[in-house]
Amino acid sequence: MTEEIKILSPCGMLGYGFPASSFMRGLEEEIHGIVVDAGSTDAGPHKLGAGVSIVSKRALNKDLELIITNGVARKIPIIIGSAGGAGAKPHVESTLEIIREILLQHNLKAKIAVIWADFSQETIIEANRANRIQPLTANIPPLTEETIKETISIVAQMGHEPILEALENGSDIIICGRAYDPSPFAAIGIYHKKDPGLSYHLGKILECGALCAEPGTTKDSILGTIKDDSFTVQSLNPLRKCTPITVAAHTFYEKEHPYILHGPGFTLDLSGCEFQEIEPGVVQVTNSRLIPSEKTFIKLEGARKSAYRTFVIAGVRDPILIENIEEIEHRVKEQVAEYYQEINPEDYQVNFLNYGMNAVLGSKESVPFSGHEIGVMFEVIAKTQELANSICATVRSTFLHFGYEKRKSTAGNLAFPFAPSDIEFGPVYEFSIYHLMEIDESPFQIEYL
Amino acid sequence: MATLFELAKVLRSKNSGPFEVTLDILFDSKSKYQRVKDSGKINVKTICDLYNLTENQVHHLVFFDQALGVKITMAREVSSGSIGDRDVYGAQQHAPLMEITIE
Repeated sequence: MTEEIKILSPCGMLGYGFPASSFMRGLEEEIHGIVVDAGSTDAGPHKLGAGVSIVSKRALNKDLELIITNGVARKIPIIIGSAGGAGAKPHVESTLEIIREILLQHNLKAKIAVIWADFSQETIIEANRANRIQPLTANIPPLTEETIKETISIVAQMGHEPILEALENGSDIIICGRAYDPSPFAAIGIYHKKDPGLSYHLGKILECGALCAEPGTTKDSILGTIKDDSFTVQSLNPLRKCTPITVAAHTFYEKEHPYILHGPGFTLDLSGCEFQEIEPGVVQVTNSRLIPSEKTFIKLEGARKSAYRTFVIAGVRDPILIENIEEIEHRVKEQVAEYYQEINPEDYQVNFLNYGMNAVLGSKESVPFSGHEIGVMFEVIAKTQELANSICATVRSTFLHFGYEKRKSTAGNLAFPFAPSDIEFGPVYEFSIYHLMEIDESPFQIEYL
Repeated sequence: MATLFELAKVLRSKNSGPFEVTLDILFDSKSKYQRVKDSGKINVKTICDLYNLTENQVHHLVFFDQALGVKITMAREVSSGSIGDRDVYGAQQHAPLMEITIE
């Protein structure tokens, strides 16, 4: 029998935390790689646009200290995917800084590799001119040069190739910029000559931590083992258990298709997979197939600043006001526009969300309203922060004192939970690039430190 | 007659990238899964009616027998976190599915 390759995934998102006991139970095995995903686009475009993280530095430090001190001491390669959330330069640099502090504090030495995932506007413009860029789905507009020039932060999701190269060069810690979530996990299996299909499918499962167990969570550790023609997954916390159904069902998670997954340079076909419990809590998966693509496309992600926001949260309890809320909000908007006639109406917008009514589903809400209280959130989106603040202050005062028909509560319409009531949000970003780019060779640069 | 809320073990929604939302309906028994699958009720038209979509906005609707589940992926009208978005993670868009009735 050839060697079994074991990968320890501490949690589904670096900085989300995990029980040290689960992680240490994993280390009782002979582990070939500790791999953790740190990124996602789930929280929207703001992290990439503003260069900030979704987890606190304190939490990152807490998770990384446990991983680095135990991993480096045991000479187990450590890989961090999509560092800092969005995997752009500021995110990678802040992760690197924390890792260096930990190494210094514990008097540890490690060979660090950083794999950058940033792309310059010039590179993207050139590729776009050469017709090598296309939208990912039909509801995304084709890329224009204007859009590219407005998009300061651009990254792409790397495959396993540069990570494999960093492993072959003897790196102890590999910090990846934006990566296709399963790639850092797949790199370990492929480095040990295991089947790429099994390696990527296992990566797809491990990148979410213990979400494939029951009860599922991203905040716990999970163990994956790759063999020659199968892999297994098992929970490292006795309170959770993997079953064939929980593991198969996890394949569904946050992907557009249940068994066809598109990665950089390949398609993963999981339609023929079999999920079997071979020991209590140990689920074996077979027949994961990787089909190399004729052309290699990588997924680009870019965020641009689109406007500035100021918003207010308030409660409404008056039954007459609630009954007519949408009409009243409409009239508040009109009155504000009338007051600010000198401002181009295209330079700002006022939006209302009535929580308790239809704020979550909007026009898709089919349940008729019932209730005695609602939460109102209104925002002003404008070209500048000053404009957003000024108009929001006027919306707030207009709404607060608006004299609607049959009004009995003539002293004020809104219950503000806070003073001040108006919250300056700052810039608003949008995903301006979410496209596929054709490449001939890996454009991801590796730096050894 | 039973609602999907009664039959499904998991009914959830989540972004699948910033431009799509994906709905997962998972079951804990083969019989419940098969009953829902065989009913033919989970189809593109049902989803279009529930979510005010045109057919080309439903990007995928696929049953996966091994996992006892069905996945529906639809286009977002507003991309995640952009101006006008109501649900950045797409995590609360599943509720309309709950009322689907199965013979």
